[in-house]
Amino acid sequence: MKNPYIPYPVRIDDIEIATEDKSLKTFKFVFLNKEDEQKFSYQAGQFAEISIPGVGEIPIGIASSPVEKGFIKFTVFRTGVVTSHLHNMKVGDILGVRGPLGNWYPWDKLENKNVVIIGGGFAFTTLRSSIIYMLDPANRDKFKNIDVVYGARSPGMLLYREELFEWEKRDDINMHITVDGTDDKTWKYHTGFVPTIVEENAPKADEDTYAIICGPPIMIKFTQPSLVKLGYKEHQIIMSLENRMKCGIGMCGRCNIGKELVCKDGPVFTLEQLNMTPKEY
Amino acid sequence: MKFITIDKKEWDKGIEKSKKSYDLFGPVKDKNGFFIKKLENNTLPQMEYHDSVMSAKSVLFPQTEKILETTLDETQVDHHIMKRAKTDYSPRAVVGIRPYDAKAMQILNLNFDTDEYKDPYWCDAYAATTFIGLGINKPGPCDFSTSTGTGPFNEDGLDVLLADLDDKYLAKVLTDKGESYLSSCGFVDTADDKESQVLFDILRKEAEKNIVSNIDTDKLKDKTILELHEAPFWDDIAFSCINCGTCTYVCPTCWCFDIQDETKRKTSTRIRNWDTCMAPLFTSHASGHNPRDAKTQRVRQRFMHKLKYFLDKYDKGIMCVGCGRCVKFCPVNIDIREVCNKMNSYEVAK
Repeated sequence: MKNPYIPYPVRIDDIEIATEDKSLKTFKFVFLNKEDEQKFSYQAGQFAEISIPGVGEIPIGIASSPVEKGFIKFTVFRTGVVTSHLHNMKVGDILGVRGPLGNWYPWDKLENKNVVIIGGGFAFTTLRSSIIYMLDPANRDKFKNIDVVYGARSPGMLLYREELFEWEKRDDINMHITVDGTDDKTWKYHTGFVPTIVEENAPKADEDTYAIICGPPIMIKFTQPSLVKLGYKEHQIIMSLENRMKCGIGMCGRCNIGKELVCKDGPVFTLEQLNMTPKEY
Repeated sequence: MKFITIDKKEWDKGIEKSKKSYDLFGPVKDKNGFFIKKLENNTLPQMEYHDSVMSAKSVLFPQTEKILETTLDETQVDHHIMKRAKTDYSPRAVVGIRPYDAKAMQILNLNFDTDEYKDPYWCDAYAATTFIGLGINKPGPCDFSTSTGTGPFNEDGLDVLLADLDDKYLAKVLTDKGESYLSSCGFVDTADDKESQVLFDILRKEAEKNIVSNIDTDKLKDKTILELHEAPFWDDIAFSCINCGTCTYVCPTCWCFDIQDETKRKTSTRIRNWDTCMAPLFTSHASGHNPRDAKTQRVRQRFMHKLKYFLDKYDKGIMCVGCGRCVKFCPVNIDIREVCNKMNSYEVAK
């Protein structure tokens, strides 16, 4: 019997400060046992429990992409006991990772479709994983147009800036990068809130277009009407939720929205599914 | 089906004998009432008990349980690598468990033993345990087990069902596990099948006559989750609740748990503890946001989980065995029977 509570041991290989206010760091982990990497085979959109012995566990979306081999990455916002401890750890330290957990963005269903990715603030981790996955030469042909709307408070608060600006230059992905505001005169991308940028730049919906949204509740709330105006139906709007979790495997009972468990039946749901459950997230 | 007669004069000796091959658990009285506890040497199950304050779930799912451990001592090669904590899973038996508590084990099993994931602590304990049930001749006023798919002589989840016949027990052997346990006690005196079954049927019918309350669950299935969730009665139901969580701890079917790390010197242990959906912290995000911030939301969660979410998810009835403990021990008299009937009879104004 496989014990789902035992984490795979990993070593911190690299730590990168992800935002100008230093509240987010990106951790690169390598597995201590090579064979664990095979067992940790994941899809873009899944999450894992980062497990620090003596401190506790936190559910975090996987920011690396299934097409990136040899390591896994997580971008973590410092907010509670475990994340604060993690922020103080150093390269070489040993900890655990349990997963992959939950479902993922519906990659089968998205084949031969236009995909619009909408992200805000630091909820861009599994979206980064998804973009890298879709842009991989082996996968790019599986999708039609790819649009990305990503916004943060200021240029320095955007995650994965170098990658964003690289993607900007490509012709097989349409980037719409925005910030709430900036006094940087050289800023050559959008200025404005995500819902507005979506309304002005995202493609109008047809049957073959799906939107994936991740962001703070307020952004999601105001982006929904923008998508409705563009013609997106409930089943074409895909969202990833978060709730307080402990076990991550559907047993400890706290992350439910109605009968669905965010950890096991989610975290990815369509708006159509969410509209049938109590909004306890 | 095999039946065995046990003379009560032989009972104590037999039970004591079975301790050689089993860790025994059974009802024991302390100053707060009866509890299902481990029976140490020279302690026998107090079979005259009516019902226990806490259910038998702690035998398989302890209130606090070590699940993993590791060393934080960096001079050790395996520091910070978590391993399963050692627990003894040699055969155990719960003697005198009430049928509704055994039924509750089957409900808990649905949560812990799934196709996708198996909780090894639960599964190992469940596999190691033999359930020796004791039929309830005179159910109490809070017992509504007959309307929850079990009853005073229900056999679900049991390996043996005992009927108390004053000077003797009549044991109905339900599984091989049950047979092994009885033979470890030296109880081998078989009784006539037909006569014994007739006796069991009479006892069951007599016992069921004592059950005076029931709930209706027939219409829960047809309503949508959102209809019941948005129903107007939740504030009224929750009004007197003080969120003490007693209902969840005494409940034989409540399984929610928390996971915490504890460190002593250089040894770190990951522990799971019973948790309660009545506590705001249960769902509180690190950001401070809490999807079930209000008392009403938490009370609604408990009843919706038991009477609707579980029903919809498994299609195996409700997540309640009608033991009546939450009714009896609620300090403000919230009664699941009333709540269930309210939910069942609720019609959405169209």
